Amino acid sequence: MSLSVMLSQLGSGMLKSMGIFFLTLIFSLPLGLLVSFGRMSKNAILRTIVKIYISIMRGTPLMLQLLVVYFGPYFLFGMNIGGSYRFTAIIIGFSVNYAAYFAEIYRSGIESMPVGQYEAAKMLGYSKGKTFFKIILPQVIKRILPSITNEVITLVKDTSLSFALAYAEMFTIAKQIAAKETSFVPFIVAAIFYYIFNLVVALAMERIEKKLSYYQ
Amino acid sequence: MKLLEMKHISKNFDDLEVIKDISLSVEEGEILSIIGPSGSGKSTLLRCATMLETIDSGEICYMGERAAWVTPEGKKVYPRGETAKKIHSYFGLVFQNFNLFPHYSVMKNITDAPIHNQKRNKEEVYEEARQLLAKMGLSDKENAYPCQLSGGQCQRVAIARALALNPKILFFDEPTSALDPELTGEVLKVIKSLADLHIAMVIVTHEMAFARDISDKIIFMDKGVVALEGTPGEVFEADHDRMQEFLGKFRR
Ligand SMILES: Nc1ncnc2c1ncn2[C@@H]1O[C@H](COP(=O)(O)OP(=O)(O)OP(=O)(O)O)[C@@H](O)[C@H]1O
Ligand SMILES: [Mg+2]
Repeated sequence: MSLSVMLSQLGSGMLKSMGIFFLTLIFSLPLGLLVSFGRMSKNAILRTIVKIYISIMRGTPLMLQLLVVYFGPYFLFGMNIGGSYRFTAIIIGFSVNYAAYFAEIYRSGIESMPVGQYEAAKMLGYSKGKTFFKIILPQVIKRILPSITNEVITLVKDTSLSFALAYAEMFTIAKQIAAKETSFVPFIVAAIFYYIFNLVVALAMERIEKKLSYYQ
Repeated sequence: MKLLEMKHISKNFDDLEVIKDISLSVEEGEILSIIGPSGSGKSTLLRCATMLETIDSGEICYMGERAAWVTPEGKKVYPRGETAKKIHSYFGLVFQNFNLFPHYSVMKNITDAPIHNQKRNKEEVYEEARQLLAKMGLSDKENAYPCQLSGGQCQRVAIARALALNPKILFFDEPTSALDPELTGEVLKVIKSLADLHIAMVIVTHEMAFARDISDKIIFMDKGVVALEGTPGEVFEADHDRMQEFLGKFRR
């Protein structure tokens, strides 16, 4: 196999990895916020359920979680899996897992906000919703951005776990080519791809952090 | 009609009785200072008056309208909806540590609430905000962020922010005690200049000369009760042991 063929195959895998990456972020970032509300809820039952969910998500391997999401419906309901469900399962698995991590990050940020900000907002007639979305959340985002960056970088690498469901993202393809050609080159190329991807991600996050550095 | 009336207010934190059956009233345009030793309940009283704390008994009225009360069965009642909005529009609070919104510019700190919460005309609000900033001596700071200001400047922005909502009464909880001594003067001067706006003020302060100078009425609080009440002259000259002992600490 020529290098250009290999590159183009890995490149198409890369696009799929990026698809997993962006979709996971789109779903897990808002979902994490919702989960963090549940985690901080006054309702003890809800709070406990969410706490258990977070602890399972963080306490078991993500690869195992992906397998459960993928094969679970078949074993539980005899549902027909495969086809497009493979991709859906990956996005669900990743989103639900990352939401748990993000929820804990949101929670630490929200809990670190001084009560004076809420009191000032109340005095100025902000409703509860406005207080949260206009006053609290923007400051929370600034505070938690470094932790979010860490998770996002981990996510880039974690997309490779999709090989467990034989989804044709970059790592799966690299493994296939390596086996067929008995060559180590595809792994090196894949490593470079992941590295560059993360470099771009880190740069982007740095820019956002800079943009938010107009206040302390 | 009294602007503010607090009748037989008490407040406990668990077993600790912090406010014990306090009654007081404020007329429109009146300036009341509250002085007293640390822990006597001054902040708690302000927080009850501004609904940041619930009361355990008694009744609070603004402009003759009940804003908080406790039923004989001990149920705490706070009006909701439009009534609550109206009552909250009567008062503002200036905090000891300012509590400005750090992610908003000075201008946005002042104008956001009048525009979006009171739904007032944007141009009008901006115009008024500029006048307020001029009054505070901060005309050149409208685009600055709170982190770029000194403590004294922050407190003046906080005062402008509270005034922008056109309250009838403004509460101050030790507005200068988070400030370096050399910044205290500028804030006190601004507060004094508000007297001609004819808005009522309730000021918790440890600045005795200031309180004596600006107030129509002074309350000396001690251990959760009003120990003395009267004109500045009456309170400061009173032959009252606790009061003289308290003043003695400032004469050193
Ligand atoms: N949220 C709270 N929970 C429990 N106790 C409280 C709370 N807030 C105040 N207290 C207690 O109530 C008492 C009165 O406090 P408060 O802050 O009203 O005093 P203060 O007169 O404002 O004092 P200072 O001059 O030091 O500001 C104190 O003993 C304080 O410890
Ligand atoms: Mg106090």
